[in-house]
Amino acid sequence: MTTKYNNVYLNNTYTIAGINEAKGPLGKYYDKVYQDFYFGAKSFEKAESKIIEEAVNALIIQSGKPDLFISGDLLNQLVASNYAASKLSLPYLGIYSACASSVQGLIIASNFIEHNIINSCICSASSHNNTAERQFRYPVEYGGIKPKTATFTTTGVGAAYLSNKKSCIKIESATIGEVVDMGIKDVYDMGSVMAPACAKTLYTHLLETHRDYSYYDLILSGDLGRYGKDIFKILMKKDYNINLTNYDDSACMIYDLDKQNVYAGGSGPACLPLVTYSYILEKMQKKEINKVLLLATGALMSPTMVNLKLSIPAICHAISLEVI
Amino acid sequence: MEKGKYQELVKKRTPKEDRIKNSIKAFLIGGSIGALAELLVNIYMNIFEIPRVEANPYMIITIIFVACLFTGIGFFDSLVKWAGGGLIIPITGFAHSVMSSTMEYRKEGLVTGIGANMFKLAGTVIAFGIISAYVLALIRICLFGGTI
Repeated sequence: MTTKYNNVYLNNTYTIAGINEAKGPLGKYYDKVYQDFYFGAKSFEKAESKIIEEAVNALIIQSGKPDLFISGDLLNQLVASNYAASKLSLPYLGIYSACASSVQGLIIASNFIEHNIINSCICSASSHNNTAERQFRYPVEYGGIKPKTATFTTTGVGAAYLSNKKSCIKIESATIGEVVDMGIKDVYDMGSVMAPACAKTLYTHLLETHRDYSYYDLILSGDLGRYGKDIFKILMKKDYNINLTNYDDSACMIYDLDKQNVYAGGSGPACLPLVTYSYILEKMQKKEINKVLLLATGALMSPTMVNLKLSIPAICHAISLEVI
Repeated sequence: MEKGKYQELVKKRTPKEDRIKNSIKAFLIGGSIGALAELLVNIYMNIFEIPRVEANPYMIITIIFVACLFTGIGFFDSLVKWAGGGLIIPITGFAHSVMSSTMEYRKEGLVTGIGANMFKLAGTVIAFGIISAYVLALIRICLFGGTI
């Protein structure tokens, strides 16, 4: 389902990253970087909550109080977002679609703004490597051995301020994706789980907007990783006869895959916003690239369902940003 | 693309793990731990003038203590990532799994945190260790009547 927007603008963004992300190639683009995993809090969960609150407060100081706050993270019961929201006293929606939460938030906010229900909204998406490891995998200090296709959950938060006040970047259109399950059960290969959903959403978006992929200067997927990215390209070619040239994956951009020990690349809801709201946005503001399509991919994985021998469903939402 | 075809494509595109290299590494590292343990047993036998049967538990305690200490200091996970099976399969891996779970859940309280979760990973090893010991003991009694 694709919707076009005429009156929604991206006014401001704020990014906070952890140590490993700061060491990556985009380290200098983040608004704030923390040099410890606890961010001065007492537990990793509190740490994640703290940076969400900090990013939102930074945006409130710069752009004013929004009418709505939408936030998503990976933790059970969305604790990081919920506890941050409990300190912000803003009308709040907590959302979950794993690593696709960032764009899901932007889509919900854009719809509210486009139809004049609200004037402004802050959307945030966060993840923390250690909280994710603990919830989905092993204790942090265990450091289990992982295959090459595994991804490394990014630590950080990306928050965006959207409103109907004109700015240089416009939210142009968005496509809400379908949940796709291709029967992959490997929890260490999320790239392959998400690639079909990503391909389907991209194709639907191009079809419903009557566009060729070359309309965009950059098509950026969320966190397919080194191997998922290849599979996605193959799928696009085989299923839809599209040979992508203007494509990259934020999981491969956020870390130096050859030097940093991150397996197939980054993952987590924070991965795409960290790359987009820092590096990509700066390029757009300099008008080096004008039209960007974000494809946030999420593996809707639950350790319980995987233990029940069920395959992992995936979703992908797309949103198009344009320089005006 | 159909599910079956897609799964085939994924299988084809999944990078192969270096099994031979990993096995050799695990063999050498696991072997070195075994050699170190043997050395410890001999040292204990000589220092305390005790028989091998009594020196063995001292050696095991030492190795468990060192593994737990390294986990606690915080670098055993990096060692495990590098060494692989060579450190996970021996008693060092067992100690590491209990210690890392304990550290992970200590903030959630003594009973609900540490007590409930310290055997999160090691529980499987204990459960199936006891079952297999029971089965093997039964076989031994049936075949040899309890004495060899």
